[in-house]
Amino acid sequence: MTLQKILETIDGRLVTGNGNGSAAPGWNGTTGEVNSNGFNLAFASDLMSDVLTLNNDNVVLITGLATLQTIRTAEMADINCIIFVRNKKISPEIVELANESGIDIVECRYSMFRTSGLLYQAGLKPVY
Amino acid sequence: MYFEYEIEGGNFSRAGYASSEVKKRLRQLNVDMKVIKRVVVALYEAEVNVVAHAWRGKMRVDIDRDRIRLEIDDEGPGIPDIDKAMEEGYSTATPEVREMGFGAGMGLPNIKKNVDKLNITSEVGQGTKVEMVTYL
Repeated sequence: MTLQKILETIDGRLVTGNGNGSAAPGWNGTTGEVNSNGFNLAFASDLMSDVLTLNNDNVVLITGLATLQTIRTAEMADINCIIFVRNKKISPEIVELANESGIDIVECRYSMFRTSGLLYQAGLKPVY
Repeated sequence: MYFEYEIEGGNFSRAGYASSEVKKRLRQLNVDMKVIKRVVVALYEAEVNVVAHAWRGKMRVDIDRDRIRLEIDDEGPGIPDIDKAMEEGYSTATPEVREMGFGAGMGLPNIKKNVDKLNITSEVGQGTKVEMVTYL
């Protein structure tokens, strides 16, 4: 699923665009990697310890925990897209770190349940 | 190749900085992406432990052709019962640590899962040393 499709599905707002999950493979200047053709899987959690146990690629993280550690966790877990649900406000420090790490951030006003439901319906698969 | 980083206890906004630097280095060295992920997840868990529990610590990374040796050494309260600390779900983390999305008692078990060798030694009131080896 492309990032564009994710944004449309959950009426999300792209806060940092680092070119992940684009339909056409391209070059991500920040991470130095070739982009894949979008995202296949999603994982919803506010517990970063759980996120760190994943060993899948192309995962979108859905979370309501808007801290710097969320970005660090995504960075370590090779997660390139985070959707912040429940209308969380994203601080400039979070945006800066996400840009440094080449991570796309999406803001969404829906609950975690609604966001997950919509994305599941649209074709994103669960990790487990 | 050898490098080391300081870890500051209690400073959550900086937690993960050292692990992030190691990740960049490993990428420059063209280490396999899957190996990098396992190594940095283990390192990050260990770094968060130092930030969450100790006063200060040092991360040492030693890389050669066939293995990566990681050592995290802290000055802190130490772990009275290491076997207990290794149990999934056991945690002594503060509410502040839990608010960061950690402190669920999964850190040490997850470190064990992500490295080939793990050795933890600790002295109560002095500190803890976590040694990890991953073969390339």
